[in-house]
Amino acid sequence: MKLHEYQSKLIFAEYGVPIPKGRVAATASEAKQIAKELGGRVVVKSQVLVGGRGKAGGIRLAKNPDEAGDLATQILGMEIKGLPVRKVLVDEAANIEKEIYLGITNDRAARCPVMMASSEGGVDIEEVARETPEKIIKVHIDPLMGLQGYQARDIAAGIDLPREHWRSFGVIAAGLWEAYKKSDANLAEINPLVITAEGNLQAVDGKMVLDDNALFRHPELADKRDLDIEDDSEIEARKYGLSYIKLDGDIGCMVNGAGLAMTTMDVIKLFGGEPANFLDIGGGAGAEKVAAAFRIILSDKNIKAVLINIFGGITRGDEVARGILAAMEEVKPDVPMIVRLVGTNAEEGRQLLANADLITAETLADAAQKAVAAAKGGNLK
Amino acid sequence: MSILVDKNTKLIGQGITGREGLFHAQRMLEYGTNLVAGVTPGKGGEWILDGKVPVFDSVKLAKEATGATASVIFVPSRFAADAIFEAADAGIRLIVCIAEGIPVLDMMRVRNYLDQKDVRLVGPNCPGLLTPGEAQVGIIPGNIAITGDVGVVSRSGTLTYEVLYALKEKNMGVSTCVGIGGDPVNGTNFIDCLRLFELDPKTKKIVLIGEIGGTDEEQAAEFIRNNVTKPVVGFIAGQTAPPGKRMGHAGAIVQGGTGLAVDKIKALEDAGVRVAKHPEEIPELF
Repeated sequence: MKLHEYQSKLIFAEYGVPIPKGRVAATASEAKQIAKELGGRVVVKSQVLVGGRGKAGGIRLAKNPDEAGDLATQILGMEIKGLPVRKVLVDEAANIEKEIYLGITNDRAARCPVMMASSEGGVDIEEVARETPEKIIKVHIDPLMGLQGYQARDIAAGIDLPREHWRSFGVIAAGLWEAYKKSDANLAEINPLVITAEGNLQAVDGKMVLDDNALFRHPELADKRDLDIEDDSEIEARKYGLSYIKLDGDIGCMVNGAGLAMTTMDVIKLFGGEPANFLDIGGGAGAEKVAAAFRIILSDKNIKAVLINIFGGITRGDEVARGILAAMEEVKPDVPMIVRLVGTNAEEGRQLLANADLITAETLADAAQKAVAAAKGGNLK
Repeated sequence: MSILVDKNTKLIGQGITGREGLFHAQRMLEYGTNLVAGVTPGKGGEWILDGKVPVFDSVKLAKEATGATASVIFVPSRFAADAIFEAADAGIRLIVCIAEGIPVLDMMRVRNYLDQKDVRLVGPNCPGLLTPGEAQVGIIPGNIAITGDVGVVSRSGTLTYEVLYALKEKNMGVSTCVGIGGDPVNGTNFIDCLRLFELDPKTKKIVLIGEIGGTDEEQAAEFIRNNVTKPVVGFIAGQTAPPGKRMGHAGAIVQGGTGLAVDKIKALEDAGVRVAKHPEEIPELF
């Protein structure tokens, strides 16, 4: 789950990371009021969960409150990469001398978090990593021990940070690690961390991605979820504990298990079709969940055929069959449906479906070929 | 012969008095698995599964009473890390964790702790182990595989069943099937299993089932090139998955140009692995 810049920075601040004075606003008049309170120059920043806000004109400098109000009006009317801007952050403008990058993420291969820093902050850090990898300093953090003071000093020295800033850098690095650990984040990033003309370090921008699997420990963070970045059907799916991702094709898929769901998509493509979605009903799904999955798939107007591929393990074929029948009763689909049931209670499931208006398949390849033909308007009966 | 588990492996089940755990414990017993005890704090002294299996309050007590060396964990994800630590500290040597959705920082702590001990973890977010005809540890339906000489290692669950079933349809049996799980940080990996299969005299061929995300398949390919003499057939799920979208498994995501199926397939093919276009093609490639 991604957090907005203002949410991320407020969390960082709780752990001792200095951030600019500022507040978030939903209207131009609020933005103007905040600018008035701050006095001096301010930055008006769109709060949307995509990169490239600056290039899209979503981050602007204002010299006075009136200008801040005008810019807020403009920015609040924008869409950036398809996402509407609903809030702006109005921050005191920093006098930037230098921009640094500082971030933490999980290193899968090393099986521990890694703190990364670069003296080349503010620009696309992935580009720096690609072009000049020697400019990125990496330090692995032992998940049992945490970030040690000397590690922060090593990073400061590694990015040639002037010595007078080492102490405050150490506080920021430790704070970022605490924020990361205590929030169960997968990413916590300050880009840029700036050295101001006054000689202070300050987190001018912030970004956090939280581990969805750990949100049960952080109900206050879970409430911060921004539903704008998700498709309505993806939100609906999460309500039922289904894993659903909408794609551009025309063959709807309902599968149990993530690996098998991906494979079903791949096999559809192999035989010349285009999957309309990824959908994993999970292990042990009952009839109600199956019916919900069905409604979600069919809510996509591009659908020309549906392929149901269930390999029973914990999931039972008869339960799935009951769900399909219940959903067909309710939704009355007008597209061909191809069903393949194998594994636990598959025989019982097939018997339940014997009289339904469905196309059955024996193998996955067979099912995919039938679905592709059906989507292209072929007659299969 | 087999790897990791056989009919003599003394197994306990943590969390097998719950609904899911009990269902699968029953199936493990029916399969012939040597399930000697269950562990549920607060239920010590009870007997479950028609009085066949005693329940203990802790792994330590269960191990002392039965001499168990392996544990299968059915507790929900939020309690799973604790259950793994408990098993490891009680001296269990093989831990199989089924739970899906363990926070990744929990798994990093688990993994870093276990690396300091002589303990093998399989999973989490995995279907477990199956040595056909001997032992079923986890949730793999026993009847979809027959005894034979193919070693199977997989990051997936139901996709593994699909492959076992495809092998059985062609009358090809399995020595041991290991589901290593779909999480970004797990215990036993491809290379561990490849090493064991290479050493196992009963295993003559190997199937490796990977998916998008991470670089485990690339590392496995490198290991195969240098260390594996037995024929390997592979399959990679997620060839059509769009970047930046997590495909169900916490580990199955293409990020920043890494983790792509096409790179994994190329790495495997360069190492001499025949990669199937779909799961049902796997038996034909040996």
